[in-house]
Amino acid sequence: MKIRTAVLTSAKRGHTHLPLQTMIDREGFPQATLALQLKELVDAGIERVGIVVAPGQAELYGEAVAAATDCVTFIEQTEPRGFGDAVLRAKGFVGDAPFVLSVGDHLFVSDDPAHPCVAQLIAVAERERAPVASVQSTHESEIGLYGTIGGVLEDRDRALFRIRKIVEKPTPTQAELELLVPGLRSGHYLCFFGMHVLTPRIFELLEADAGAEGGLALTPALHRLAETETFYAFEIAGHRYNLEERHGLLMAQLALALASPHRDEVLTRIVRLLAHTQSPAR
Amino acid sequence: MTPATSLHPFVELIVSDDAAVRDRSLFSVTEGMDASALLEGCEALEAFWLSSESLYERVRALAFLAALHRYVLPARGLTDRHGRIPHTAHEAHLQRRFREAIRALREAEDEPRRNDTVASGLATAYERLALQFLADQVRLSVRSVPGNQWMFRVGHAEAYPLRLRPELRGLDGGAAPVLREATAVRMDLSHSSWSDIFFLGMDRPEFARVLNVSINLAPADGEEQPRPPVEAYFRVIDRPVIRLVSIDLEAQAEVSSLAELFDFGRDYLGLLKAAVIAAGVIPPGVEGSPQPLETFLERLIGPGLGFELVSNVNNIPKGSRLAVSTNLLASLIAVSMRATGQAPELTGPLPETVRRVVAARAILGEWLGGSGGGWQDSGGVWPGIKLIEGCLAEPGDAEHGVSRGKLLPRHTVFDRKSIPESARQALERSLILVHGGMAQNVGPILEMVTERYLLRSGAEWTARAESLATTDRILGALRAGDIRKLGELTTGHFFGPLTTIIPWATNAFTEALIARAKDALGDAFWGFWMLGGMSGGGMGFIVDPSARAEAKGTLAEILRETKCAYETALPFAMDPVVYNFSINEDGSSAAWCGAAGMPAAYYRLRLPGLLRKRVADLSGDEAADLRHIAGRIRATGQPAPGDLAILTNLLPDEPHGTGGADAPGSLEALLAENGFDPEQHEAIRRQLLAGSVGLAQNRLPGASQIEDVEDRDLLVPAVDGEALRRGKEALANGEVAVVTLAAGAGSRWTQGAGVVKALHPFARFAGCHRNFIEAHMAKSRRSAMDHGAPVPHVFTTSYLTHQPVSDWLERTGTGEGDAFVRLRVSKGQSVGLRFVPTLRDLRFAWEELPQEQLDEQAHKMRLSGRRALMRWAESMGEGSDYRDNTPLQCLHPVGHWYEVPNLLLNGTLAQLLKEQPSLKTLLVHNIDCLGAGPDPAVLGAHLDSGALMSVEVIPRRFEDHGGGLAKIDGRNRLVEGMALPREEDEFKLRYYNALTTWVSIDEYLAHLGLSRGDLGDTARVRAAVRRAAARMPAYMTLKEVKKRWGRGQEDIFPVLQFERLWGDLTALPDVRTAFIRVSRARGRQLKDPAQLDAWLRDGGRDHIESIGAW
Repeated sequence: MKIRTAVLTSAKRGHTHLPLQTMIDREGFPQATLALQLKELVDAGIERVGIVVAPGQAELYGEAVAAATDCVTFIEQTEPRGFGDAVLRAKGFVGDAPFVLSVGDHLFVSDDPAHPCVAQLIAVAERERAPVASVQSTHESEIGLYGTIGGVLEDRDRALFRIRKIVEKPTPTQAELELLVPGLRSGHYLCFFGMHVLTPRIFELLEADAGAEGGLALTPALHRLAETETFYAFEIAGHRYNLEERHGLLMAQLALALASPHRDEVLTRIVRLLAHTQSPAR
Repeated sequence: MTPATSLHPFVELIVSDDAAVRDRSLFSVTEGMDASALLEGCEALEAFWLSSESLYERVRALAFLAALHRYVLPARGLTDRHGRIPHTAHEAHLQRRFREAIRALREAEDEPRRNDTVASGLATAYERLALQFLADQVRLSVRSVPGNQWMFRVGHAEAYPLRLRPELRGLDGGAAPVLREATAVRMDLSHSSWSDIFFLGMDRPEFARVLNVSINLAPADGEEQPRPPVEAYFRVIDRPVIRLVSIDLEAQAEVSSLAELFDFGRDYLGLLKAAVIAAGVIPPGVEGSPQPLETFLERLIGPGLGFELVSNVNNIPKGSRLAVSTNLLASLIAVSMRATGQAPELTGPLPETVRRVVAARAILGEWLGGSGGGWQDSGGVWPGIKLIEGCLAEPGDAEHGVSRGKLLPRHTVFDRKSIPESARQALERSLILVHGGMAQNVGPILEMVTERYLLRSGAEWTARAESLATTDRILGALRAGDIRKLGELTTGHFFGPLTTIIPWATNAFTEALIARAKDALGDAFWGFWMLGGMSGGGMGFIVDPSARAEAKGTLAEILRETKCAYETALPFAMDPVVYNFSINEDGSSAAWCGAAGMPAAYYRLRLPGLLRKRVADLSGDEAADLRHIAGRIRATGQPAPGDLAILTNLLPDEPHGTGGADAPGSLEALLAENGFDPEQHEAIRRQLLAGSVGLAQNRLPGASQIEDVEDRDLLVPAVDGEALRRGKEALANGEVAVVTLAAGAGSRWTQGAGVVKALHPFARFAGCHRNFIEAHMAKSRRSAMDHGAPVPHVFTTSYLTHQPVSDWLERTGTGEGDAFVRLRVSKGQSVGLRFVPTLRDLRFAWEELPQEQLDEQAHKMRLSGRRALMRWAESMGEGSDYRDNTPLQCLHPVGHWYEVPNLLLNGTLAQLLKEQPSLKTLLVHNIDCLGAGPDPAVLGAHLDSGALMSVEVIPRRFEDHGGGLAKIDGRNRLVEGMALPREEDEFKLRYYNALTTWVSIDEYLAHLGLSRGDLGDTARVRAAVRRAAARMPAYMTLKEVKKRWGRGQEDIFPVLQFERLWGDLTALPDVRTAFIRVSRARGRQLKDPAQLDAWLRDGGRDHIESIGAW
């Protein structure tokens, strides 16, 4: 199984300019976040990227994807009908091949620059010949923000888990009852990292749910996928940064800078900043 | 493990794989054993529990050791010596360090045979340690239940994970929508004889089976249709606080800090606070954190916002045995979980997974609040009729390897195929639910059951098996819709297994009710049904459906009349109630109520406070509530009845005694009638405020030399010889009258309920329940029959007990025409008015005097409650008169020293001497000393001594606290515990005061400066008594009084009063006193109902029955 296709969702209304935010990459060059995301996909061997956008966004993003324009196809989601619907819009683009699904509002920073996050994921999926969701051990205070899996450890060395159940944004109460994964630290759960390798079967499952009131979510379809076929979770060696949250861009930028050759310089400046900045009176 | 062949049979009972061996009664195994085997068995058990790591093995071994030391060794005469309790053991016991107490007690043994005093201490320590192990395991399990664990990990707002469901917002310009949870309460068709107690479910989950029905209720005398009895409401408010409102308790508070939230005893809102915490809204892990509550609320809801949690109980009083408080807690937890996204749906019934979490958290909440209940108590969360069963712990469960059963049971809800609609309707048509009105503490019963089951005691173990089978038969009758059969079964269950296992599950009131109901209803009476842990509160009567409507009225009348007959003898919290009920098929279910959806009573409670606020100070939700009421009045053009109630609530409560200060029954009238001495009262107040009297000043000077007496200083009644002959002769000559002191309130017995201990029908003798008066008369009757002369028997009374005792005697005709006992009542002649305590005395009592430490949560509750009581004392005025209660609860008896002088003052003694001039001796004893009676051997010892008075003492046991017989500065005398300068002094004393005294009448009169001829001279007698009183020390004591309010609610307040005590006569140099050592059977006192069970089981009851003529 070779994975050459990716779908990047970036169709959220109200965050039109997020993919265009400029960040300094590891080499010290300014890049739009969308360009950074595309570069990581292309570097991992992806040849075709479908970017799901809201109407009118394709034009805005043209410049940001200029470097990879040959492999990019914009897919329009005309109505905001949920994340599942955004994925389903890519059905025709994907065709019959397995594909990487990545969310556009996150930036992924690998612990090992030689093995970017998406490359790690693709390697696992190609080796296991099965859909794989990248996950990250997450403290229970944050699981309310993510899809969270319950499962069993398949292989500790390969950080691989077999998924039994997926719940979107659970409370710790539900997580403790249904999503405990042996081998994790107390109070930690495996939450979606924002990147999966899926097969076109997901489109069938999404289509079965289509038309439901309140929009089409991806998680129920993923849960049924786990119920009906082998679906792995892979604990990725990296970190995700939600660009939408408060200080999200800043944290992502810091993570990139600290993982770059300029780490010492950045750290020195941070320390100086800390020394000169006083806590504002509450 | 050691091979089974070398195990002592006691240990084999615990570890055997064979159920037939494991379930043998300990007592049956001890029967064939000689002394050395028994003592070896104790040592084997001791070594076994110390080495075992299994909860089950440890607890059972400790229960065996407790029973061996309490029942078996004394009965075999293996505890014929007595000695002292080491003070270190007592201290360790108070601090709940039972292992250390056991070690200290065992080290005090100097030979293999047990010493009676130490054996009593060991029995208590083993029992308490077993219960502590069990309680600790329940706590651990509650924390370990999946779904609860995370709440103990959250320690900081940054780690706080919950977010409010967005649907609950909506504050823009008005109040947020209200979410209401309505929850059923539960009634047990059978709890298989208390098998739902956590410990028992964890010991034998196979036996833990409960048939339980969720019900709606409404009082039968009103218009309302039955509805879910408990409700919880949740809404967002625009202040960063948690507003807690209990409609039923009429209490409200805005909690603005974590410390306040975790302070359960501070106000009446402990249950709501426990719910907020147990629901994880503010998780238990943050207790003690210095972070502001606002930080958590900001993460949960948003900046500047908070929430309101409201509880409402629809007309169900406390003690209903319907698990109202547990289900209310569950309801509050459920609505809070929904609001914070911990339940998938905001409205409708709860899914099974969430119900289980709610049940687990209700258990957690009860633990936080320092209470406890059965694991099926939250049965109202589930719908309809269900079987609740214990589950075996399996690998992966927190309990696996520790106990056999899991904490949480399994619920099987019966569908219409299993129990058809017709059967459900038949049950509804036949069952009449009532609340008898009694207020009782079911806690001791749960401990008794646990002990019996762990010992596998013969009759009780057989009854348990029968009870389990009855549960199946009841279920069969229910499935068949045969309610008549069901009535037979529940009645048989009550009079069979339930009362065999725990005789205290029934009482005279319940049995009178059943007998009268049977008489009145005839064939229409189908059965009786005990609800919950004991009878007297919530109960069921099963009747022919065609007669049900009429039967409800009949039962209401029977309940009312029977309560009237017993209300001075048994503790009642309220008038009886008859209910309408229906089966609740939803369990706990939620619905939206809109923005002004709180119940009318909520607004009645809240609005007076809001109306007093300036408009600018009103928060948005408060302003919206006001607009809502205004809109309603505008719409109808006039206020609704509820709105008028709001106006009433604006006015402060009227004080007690609205009939005027001098009206009959008013406090002032009672003071005047009962010999209140205002001058003495004011003098004591002055001394109290000046600090010259008080708890600390009760003590003898620190330099006093306190020693134990020499055995040779004690008289021992002879079993034959001259003294016995003299005693018999004196009785035959009619020289003795018995005086039973029955004037006191019996505070420990009635827990301050203000009922008359003497009238409490506490146990069965000769086939029926008898009270203390009847029991004491039976012994006088036996003596009169044996010696051929009638015995005059005087019961002394006080303002509190005189009328009820006189009424009871008149109503029952007791004493009339009795050829053997000449009954008299001696009315008290003095009374005191209680004081609000000083902070100094409260601190001394709570901080200086030794206290028994409670378990962790109960201790927190106690500290919190005490802080509230300190605030109360300060606000009422230290040392001021205690008047904020019913008048009778404000008065106090002034101590038993006055009882004998009262015989002189009220003419009783003169009358006795006139009728029976041969009288020479009074046997004065307390109402709780059941064995005391005119025994010729003891009398002979007294007569031989030639003393003015002879005091009976008994060898001390661990449970005997409060002074004893001591040699103080060289003189043998009785000393009160509160008079001892140091706590450890008491542990030097081997003899305890039974307070039974033989008084030579003429010598006593001489001591007062009187003779028989002076008794008619009232002024002379009065002056003599006043002179004598002035020589006696007055002790200040702290007593607990109950104040009743609402529907069966009770508060307990500490109040100060003074007492002069009879035993202090022995300290007077001119009173020649002898001390007689008597048997424990004779000198034993029953001060607390919790002592009854051991008294019954160790043969105490049988002894009393054998020495009385009934």
